[in-house]
Amino acid sequence: MPQAARPKSPHLQIYRWQIQMVSSILHRAAGVALAGGTVLLVCLLVALAGGPEVYAKVQRCCASMPGQLLLLGWTWSLAYHLLNGLRHLLEDTAAGFEIRTFVMTGWVAVLGSFVLTALVWICVLLQRGGL
Amino acid sequence: MSRLRTPLKTVRGLGSARSGTRHFIVQRITAVALVPLSCWFVWLALSLVHLDYAGARALIAQPLHAVLMVAFVGSVFWHAQLGLQVVIEDYVHTPGLEIASQLAVKFLCVLGALASILAVVRIALGS
Repeated sequence: MPQAARPKSPHLQIYRWQIQMVSSILHRAAGVALAGGTVLLVCLLVALAGGPEVYAKVQRCCASMPGQLLLLGWTWSLAYHLLNGLRHLLEDTAAGFEIRTFVMTGWVAVLGSFVLTALVWICVLLQRGGL
Repeated sequence: MSRLRTPLKTVRGLGSARSGTRHFIVQRITAVALVPLSCWFVWLALSLVHLDYAGARALIAQPLHAVLMVAFVGSVFWHAQLGLQVVIEDYVHTPGLEIASQLAVKFLCVLGALASILAVVRIALGS
């Protein structure tokens, strides 16, 4: 099987993980996750138009454990896609491509997304009056 | 230069379709629109946490929030379709499956937007 022994072009597994690739991969992953999250957006609006019984069902789904985990995931996805999207818009102006700046803004997007997610969920917990 | 090429290339979808820039630009325009709209949406979602059905409905029925919701939904599905299109172009290379998934994404995004907008109109008009 000489064909199988031929060297392949290097892919993800060969490289040392660094913020440049992590921020790019996460941006796409978060975008796909958010596209999936639009299902909930549609359900919420349709239920709100449909009546109290349907809305109560959506509320119950959101309040369940899997629902809360999904909402947490979508909060983070939105926070990250928003921050890294702003970074992309900045880069569209041909700014921020120096290696140091690029690495720094990448970390700002990744770490900032966790800060924003925490802030949103602190608001949620405060409104509920604790856990 | 283009006169030296046969139209076959264009028929097969190879080479420039002369519409790639539009995809790039619309993706950016919807992204810029979604920056303030997403912040508004997070605020709205947080308001919904402590509201009951009547309160939630009354909030979105307000003209300002109804208009912003339609703008948000429109931008979200447009932006999502453009983004998913690139993901499919990058990873799905089976010819039939690629076209099928591109169509499915387009149809689902349009349906999602239409269903959401109809719902907002019903909420806003109280019907």
